[in-house]
Amino acid sequence: MFRNTYDSDNTVFSPQGRLHQVEYALEAVKQGSAAVGMRSKTHAVLLALKRSSGELASYQQKMFRIDDHVGIAIAGLTSDARVLSNFMRQQAMASKMTFNRPVPVNRLVSAIADRAQVNTQEYGRRPYGVGLLVIGQDQSGPHLYEFSPAGNSYEYYAMSIGARSQSAKTYLEKHFELFENASLEDLIRHGLHALRETLQQDKELTIHNTSIGILGPAGVNEQANIASLGKEGVFRILEGEVIQPYLDSMQPKEVPAPVTSVAAAAAAAAAAGAPAAPAAEAPAEEMPGGLPDDDVNMG
Amino acid sequence: MALAQPLYADQHRPIQHQFNPYAENGGTILAIAGKDFSVIAGDTRQTEGYSIQTRYAPKVFKLTDRAVLAVNGFQADCSTFVKKVKQRIEWYRHAHSKQMPLKAIARMIQGMLYGKRFFPYYTYNILGGIEEDGTGAVYSFDPVGSYEREACRAAGAASSLIQPFLDNQIYFKNQTPAPGAAPFEPGNLPMDTVLSIVIDSFTSATERHIEVGDGLEMFVVVAPGRDVAGVQSLGAEELPALTPEGERIFVLRRDLKKD
Repeated sequence: MFRNTYDSDNTVFSPQGRLHQVEYALEAVKQGSAAVGMRSKTHAVLLALKRSSGELASYQQKMFRIDDHVGIAIAGLTSDARVLSNFMRQQAMASKMTFNRPVPVNRLVSAIADRAQVNTQEYGRRPYGVGLLVIGQDQSGPHLYEFSPAGNSYEYYAMSIGARSQSAKTYLEKHFELFENASLEDLIRHGLHALRETLQQDKELTIHNTSIGILGPAGVNEQANIASLGKEGVFRILEGEVIQPYLDSMQPKEVPAPVTSVAAAAAAAAAAGAPAAPAAEAPAEEMPGGLPDDDVNMG
Repeated sequence: MALAQPLYADQHRPIQHQFNPYAENGGTILAIAGKDFSVIAGDTRQTEGYSIQTRYAPKVFKLTDRAVLAVNGFQADCSTFVKKVKQRIEWYRHAHSKQMPLKAIARMIQGMLYGKRFFPYYTYNILGGIEEDGTGAVYSFDPVGSYEREACRAAGAASSLIQPFLDNQIYFKNQTPAPGAAPFEPGNLPMDTVLSIVIDSFTSATERHIEVGDGLEMFVVVAPGRDVAGVQSLGAEELPALTPEGERIFVLRRDLKKD
């Protein structure tokens, strides 16, 4: 990508039929730290890597509760994320007030997508600089959506966004068929493995820099407060000490991540060299001159 | 002072008619604070004039794990007011990642009521629950937001029957201790005594006030760690709480006379 005369106004197409401002907004999402989402038949989970601007600083919050049945993880401009999450909360509450039922998740995601699209077509406005992974629950079970500043939203079985998210995607593509029938603990373990793929060389997942968002009935490690989660399992964010058991359940890094289907086990043995390949792919997707890790505006 | 009255009965002045935005829906609510618990109760009858609109319309609502709001007056304003209070509490939870403390809810309610000082919510509110220091509390409000923390309060149609009884039984007004006995200490009544006082208040009010009856709904909020065997043995239904180690809320229902 390079600068040209068609990228200053978001209302100007390039000769190739592209809106560069929107694409630059997508770049802002890629600068945020990684977030991973996936769902099974019974649960939907979000995992996020929290960034801190320095040793003395706290870690940026990556996950927000929208309602009992909806939660989001963000990647990109945190201020834009706050505005969008407030809007989503408003919509969720208005829906309960007007219709006496929780807002359908697809309707909520469409609402923010429509809002974001306006900013790609009206002169003088800039697109939102944040992407979201939205998990929600309705009568047809759990759902995962990706929202992007382009104004697109799409439903997924598993997805990742943010810095080096391609590495996580590679893991998810390899294992997503196992997710549908996975237990909550297995689903989270897959998510942690996927998130780990996005880490830089000397970093690791800790209780301080990892955030887990869960929707669905209480898991094995949540039996103590099972009553407060309700039958449906309201959205909750796990951080700090409580996620140690989940981190402990991860396989050590040298061994390929566990697979339970026979065919995949054979493939895993053959793909032992695979971990090296995603690491090589990752730098190519990022723009040169990307923002450093200690930028306070980016989460 | 009054407008000039017609001299003879068959002389009438013109009367301007206007839409009355308010109605009176009857019913009575009551709340009593103990040392580490709070009871908030209301009958379930809703009336207009001499008609019964319904025998079961709740007037007492759970706001958070530690706060319960009872509303009485004009039911349309009451229900809408409760919905708005619940929304504001939800926003607080989003902003602060914790439940709103009782005294904060009380002050917020004052602001919401006074905000409509020139077209008020016709509701008499009683907020009951557990304060941040673990003590039982009752806050009572007038329709435009004047409020005060008290040990007990009755509001609604039969408030004039019940409040004097409470003054005598809770504050021990107009009572003197027996010679040689210890002086009274208001605020330390055991829970079963308080529940009996509540039930007796409503059964008595039902006898003498036509707008009170049908059913009684009592919410009991207890401080964290407090023994709950007494309440559970009465057949209370426990409402699910956000934190298992925190305050707990139980609901007790009783019938009242339907005539």
